[in-house]
Amino acid sequence: MPGNDPKIVIIDESPVRAAILEEGLREAGYERLTLVSEMTELARRVYALDPDVILIDLENPSRDVLEQMFQVSRAVRRPIAMFVDQSDAAMIQASVDAGVSCYIVDGLKKERVRAILDMTISRFNAFSSLERELREAKSALAERKIIDRAKGILMRQKKLTEEEAYGLLRSAAMNNGRKLADVAQSVVTAAELLE
Amino acid sequence: MTVMTMDRGHDSAQTEVRSGRTVVRAGFIPLLDCAVLAVAAEEGFARSEGIELALSKEASWASIRDKVNLGHLACAHMLAGMPIASSLGIGHVRVPTIAPFALGLNGNAITVSSDLYRRMADKAGLTGNEGPAGTVAALKLVIEESKARGEGPPTFGMVFPFSCHNYELRYWLAAGGIDPDLDVRLVVIPPPLMVESLRAGHIHGFCVGEPWNSLAVDAGLGRIIATKAEIWRTSPEKVLGVQANWAEANPEVLAALIRALDKAAAWCDRVENRGALAELLSRECYTGVPQELLLRILSGQVRLGPDGAERSVPDFILFHRNAANFPWTSHALWIYSQMLRWGQAQPSAAAEAVVRRVYRTDIYRATLGPAGIPLPGANAKLEGSLGDPLHVGALSGSLLLGPDRFFDGRVFDPDDIAGYLAGFDIPKPSQSRRGDLSPTIC
Repeated sequence: MPGNDPKIVIIDESPVRAAILEEGLREAGYERLTLVSEMTELARRVYALDPDVILIDLENPSRDVLEQMFQVSRAVRRPIAMFVDQSDAAMIQASVDAGVSCYIVDGLKKERVRAILDMTISRFNAFSSLERELREAKSALAERKIIDRAKGILMRQKKLTEEEAYGLLRSAAMNNGRKLADVAQSVVTAAELLE
Repeated sequence: MTVMTMDRGHDSAQTEVRSGRTVVRAGFIPLLDCAVLAVAAEEGFARSEGIELALSKEASWASIRDKVNLGHLACAHMLAGMPIASSLGIGHVRVPTIAPFALGLNGNAITVSSDLYRRMADKAGLTGNEGPAGTVAALKLVIEESKARGEGPPTFGMVFPFSCHNYELRYWLAAGGIDPDLDVRLVVIPPPLMVESLRAGHIHGFCVGEPWNSLAVDAGLGRIIATKAEIWRTSPEKVLGVQANWAEANPEVLAALIRALDKAAAWCDRVENRGALAELLSRECYTGVPQELLLRILSGQVRLGPDGAERSVPDFILFHRNAANFPWTSHALWIYSQMLRWGQAQPSAAAEAVVRRVYRTDIYRATLGPAGIPLPGANAKLEGSLGDPLHVGALSGSLLLGPDRFFDGRVFDPDDIAGYLAGFDIPKPSQSRRGDLSPTIC
């Protein structure tokens, strides 16, 4: 990014997402980045940083603090909401879907904001899929554990081999149209109740 | 099954139908006055009108506005000034937004830190029974003392530039001779951070809705020194904000929603339902605040300070009584007058004409008149002119209007905004306040 590199402030309480976004922007050549993760006295912090662009999680309650900044002095450089002319509905839609909100200082060229926002949207989406994968991995692990416990119970109580116990769980699940992990959970719960 | 609405092309504005009922997505902020929406959704009022009210808890007013603008939400719990700001395009893009129903009146309070209260009490010899005039006079003495000592002005938190919290805090300060742009600092703080900011000493007081004032008191951090009902006895607070396009494309769904909200609001006001309402709102998906605290607030029994002093505040929060749901044009115009007063908007006949059409009394009338709800004879009234309750003639019987005085005795004539504003000393009538003066960022 040659020449006048815009000063970008990333306000995010999620350090992982902020890091992912920061990395992406640095790779794209933006050097003047600041992360803000502390929400108290946010207005003071943002004013001291005097950014050209502010990127903030759409669900951050502190967005209302930034809203107030539109209301104050025109003498001070002030942030304005993204795309005030609403000419780029698709872009607004994409950023809302990704869960990011962007404030820019008056006068910054739209094309430049667009590049920054494109990067931000893709990184926010990457973070969401990362989170989803993590959640899925966690729940897969939890499911495997519960199935293992159910198998153990069946093996002990019905004197089955591991394979037979698994087969029994699977056929019970298929016959009842339920998930294997749900059937396993019922077995574990029942065993706990009967203990 | 989904059916496309005709007004918009993209997916998010599709009308969804669940078990034969149209799904209406409504946003809310976890505050006591989301009650009417919560009750409509949870107590079957929406369903019996054939709609499925899907509530979505939102993190900020900015988020509510954006999601309503984009059609992700059909409507929302909005600060009374928000549909006006959106319709005028102040602070953001102009998106015509209407308010066909008010979600209640009053319910806010002004709280100061225990330290600041002690200084005020020492300086002015407060007994603890003072009303808004007495407490603001004490605050002025403290501010003058601080100035003489070369200390900075105190900082007060409020919740949004277009909130009644902002306007009533400014009104109260200015009535006491304190210039809200020069003698104090006003900062926006999200309500969930308000109590913490007071504890950390970042702010010295705030104006916010319940339960946040009572939480600060119960945490031993502050004292409630004025309630909204004491500042302006019958004052607008939250409304149902609806994007005008959506309202136009879905008139029957909107009417069903308004009928459901009216019944829910009547339910909220009934004393025998208070316990159930407190229980409902205490759930994590709403405020997550203890039931006993909510019950105390709903009963209007306001605990003022950590010492346990209490005051019974009549009309502390109104959900339905006293025409609380009627979207008075004079309420919208009063809010607009404050936008002018504090430099958020510039006076123009065109803007005033827009404001007159934001609060849709016609939709309220057309929807609830046939349902037998008493309707006021006029859409606007002189605000602040009633010292006692007044029975006014209404279609289908009589309608009780509650006392509606401002604490300083002024009367707002919606047909003479310029005259009203000329009567204030702060800011001076000759000064137009464009916001340029405002050192509101600390």
